[in-house]
Amino acid sequence: MDTTQGGPVMVDDSLTLPQASDAGPRIDCRNIKVFYGEAQAIHDVSISFPDRAVTSLIGPSGCGKSTFLRCLNRMNDTIENCRVEGEILMDGENINDADIDPVLLRSRVGMVFQKPNPFPKSIYDNIAYGPRIHGLANGREDLDAIVEKSLRRAGLWDEVKDRLMAPGTSLSGGQQQRLCIARAIAVQPEVILMDEPCSALDPIATARIEELIDDLRSRYCIVIVTHSMQQAARVSQRTAFFHLGHIVELGETNQIFTNPREKRTEDYITGRYG
Amino acid sequence: MSEHIVSAYSEELERLSAEIMKMGGIVETMIADASQALSANDLELAKEVVTRDPLVDAIEADVERQIVSIIARRQPMGHDLRMILSAMKISSELERIGDLSKNIAKRSQRLDENVNAEMRNAIIRMSQPVARQLRDVLNAYAGASSDKALAVWGSDDDIDNHYNSVFREMLTYLIEDPRRITAGAHMLFMAKNLERIGDHCTNIAEFVYYQVVGDYLSELERPKQNQV
Repeated sequence: MDTTQGGPVMVDDSLTLPQASDAGPRIDCRNIKVFYGEAQAIHDVSISFPDRAVTSLIGPSGCGKSTFLRCLNRMNDTIENCRVEGEILMDGENINDADIDPVLLRSRVGMVFQKPNPFPKSIYDNIAYGPRIHGLANGREDLDAIVEKSLRRAGLWDEVKDRLMAPGTSLSGGQQQRLCIARAIAVQPEVILMDEPCSALDPIATARIEELIDDLRSRYCIVIVTHSMQQAARVSQRTAFFHLGHIVELGETNQIFTNPREKRTEDYITGRYG
Repeated sequence: MSEHIVSAYSEELERLSAEIMKMGGIVETMIADASQALSANDLELAKEVVTRDPLVDAIEADVERQIVSIIARRQPMGHDLRMILSAMKISSELERIGDLSKNIAKRSQRLDENVNAEMRNAIIRMSQPVARQLRDVLNAYAGASSDKALAVWGSDDDIDNHYNSVFREMLTYLIEDPRRITAGAHMLFMAKNLERIGDHCTNIAEFVYYQVVGDYLSELERPKQNQV
């Protein structure tokens, strides 16, 4: 059952999930390779992410899951000597094409990071910033509506509606993270990437974020990198296990956690020596 | 399977597995001794078999406590999860087998002088493939062998056929001499108990298969011939 390391990558693209059945792949990645100078971090990874479903990427530290996630909105562009090969297709367009504006791309592919990083501005302005620079609002009323809608979708509205002008940094960690999710939502993305969104949060704040992810799933394609396998099991419909820059196994979350096909996946999820 | 990074976790799973084997060992002796007691009309041995049942119940309760604790503290995944769920199910199947064996031992104490040797032999003959079935399925568990589990799962018909023949044979003895009816009724229940033990062995085979392979055997159609 075990494929040798560096051997053929098993990717089950034929997987159909009830949650994603009415929508095709939102992002289609083909033969992605990522290099940091001479060192290759990602080896020929092909995977597609369905719309209206959560896909989680799991694997040990340094396996390439975050590096891979950052390809999806060209965050690796900002790293000197980082080179990405292969095709990442959204609506049939390769997002790495020279005529794609990475700023516009990042409004379509939002990202939430491990540590909540609100702008040093008011709660209101944290949300309004994106719609303003992308010209998504016609006047103040429109902007107010976008702010309210985004905060509502992020499950934060009731907690902050009376103090929208307070600094975003005055919120608790969990609230800040939901503020960042609201900020990502405000620019009407199609895809939301989350890189360890709960690792700095307590269990209650984590549960709120997970509830939110479940909610957002009905509208967006969500890709989450997490170190918590329980979290991957709870929030995602599909799980990909990364190891040494390869996808070892991709499957329905339920299958990956109850009956993985690959020995390396089994060893990882059950906490054994690989 | 290689060791867990947290060695205490591996030890807990090994302990669980050992408890199941211990339970299996006790119920194996219960069946063997119940049929020995019947064969030799050994009332003391029959009584002694009955006293082993609380021990089986206690292990089952202990297995359940261990499993609750492992699930709460370790959040088992993959093969570990399947192993734990199977242990939970197998322990309750073994507990049922213990009950049924105890019942056979109890009934063997109630038999009167109207029972003939043929009647005893009919039950003892039937107990042999049942004991074999239990031994084989416990071996399948101990060796984590899906092939052995599959073999047990597919051979329950043998016991069903035995049951049918014992049933008919017993009726002829009762027709011959109505004084045998009380003992005969007890013995029909013994045969039924043995048949049920065979079914529990089949269930255990399904859980062993699930633990090892991850698929459900019960979704396949098992050929059934029992017409009683």
